[in-house]
Amino acid sequence: MKRSMKRSILLAAGLVMLSLPALAATQEEAEAALAAARAAESEAVAAKAAWIPTETALIKAAKALAAEKWDEAKLAADEALALARLSVEQANEQKTSWRNAVFR
Amino acid sequence: MVYRNANGETRMIKSSCPGRWALARTVVCALLLAAAPAKAADKTDPETDRKALQAFFFAKFPKVDKAEFGNGPYAVNEEMRKQWTDIMQFPPYEIALDEGHAEWDKPFANGKHYADCFDNKGEGIRQTYPRFIAETGQVETLEGAINRCRVENGEKPLDPMTGLMASLAAVMSESSRGKPFAIAIPDDPRALAAYDRGKEFFYSRKGQLGVSCASCHMSPAGERMRGDILAPALGILAAMPIYRSDWGSMGTSIRRISTCSSQTRAVPLKADDEDYRDVEYFLSYMSNGIPVVGPGTRP
Repeated sequence: MKRSMKRSILLAAGLVMLSLPALAATQEEAEAALAAARAAESEAVAAKAAWIPTETALIKAAKALAAEKWDEAKLAADEALALARLSVEQANEQKTSWRNAVFR
Repeated sequence: MVYRNANGETRMIKSSCPGRWALARTVVCALLLAAAPAKAADKTDPETDRKALQAFFFAKFPKVDKAEFGNGPYAVNEEMRKQWTDIMQFPPYEIALDEGHAEWDKPFANGKHYADCFDNKGEGIRQTYPRFIAETGQVETLEGAINRCRVENGEKPLDPMTGLMASLAAVMSESSRGKPFAIAIPDDPRALAAYDRGKEFFYSRKGQLGVSCASCHMSPAGERMRGDILAPALGILAAMPIYRSDWGSMGTSIRRISTCSSQTRAVPLKADDEDYRDVEYFLSYMSNGIPVVGPGTRP
């Protein structure tokens, strides 16, 4: 193997190693993500627009947080946040667009 | 431009931009004309809605008799009807009916009966529920009325979705069999608002799947969704309460609507939520003229 190729492989491996800690979530990040997701879901519940998968993701995030699995907790909380936001968006959009579906 | 002064004399004045006035008038008229039909369609008119919905289903299923629509999928699918005919040799709701009759006849601790709470002793009145109650300004379902009766007589309310409640509702439905739905919407803005909310619920897309009640029970009615035949919206509550094989037990209208919510992957609302009562009000009004066939059975 050529020396330059070896160097490239080592460089790439080094970059991957360096980026790993950045991907890992801290406890604070996981907790903040879960709090944000819960707040968004409360808004969805108030609008009678909550989705079952959001609740499932919230439960998964809370369990992972309790098990000190910060990455898993943040991932699930972020999913819950995205779903909760979508559900509120759907409810807001349907406030007027339901009329387009009315059979006349 | 023409105007009349204080003495009644007509004068002509020159507009600085006559073309613009004419254009503005034309635009305003055009906008008003364009908005007029939309406004008429959005106006709360339950009777026009009912006629349109019924005409749609009568045209979609020309061979189905009006009185048959209460039988849901069995009215529109020959194969399912054959299976249903076999099932009905031993109707699975009979145990619930027996339980319901026993409970209906049993006096409350204060000596009064369920019959004392209802018009005509509760006989043959199911087709008039849900009702709009002027005192509360809200819609009351049959199950809501049964629970009110219990509470007013010192008893605990029942689960409005299943169990003894479904059995009692079965008794009341049985006494109304053959009587056409006769839901009243009084000339009260609150009643019309409740009807509108029910209509909005029926046509609003919900849940992660983004489907509405109408997505399944209007145009696709009679078609298959996995192993099920989708029931037409017309008469959809006429067989309630039902024994549903999927549940393995009896359930009321609210249980069915709540299950539909879950099927769209929406979190179901509370059983006595206003939205559920209002959509039941809307659907029952749409079925005015369709006879009650409950209690019933569904896959």
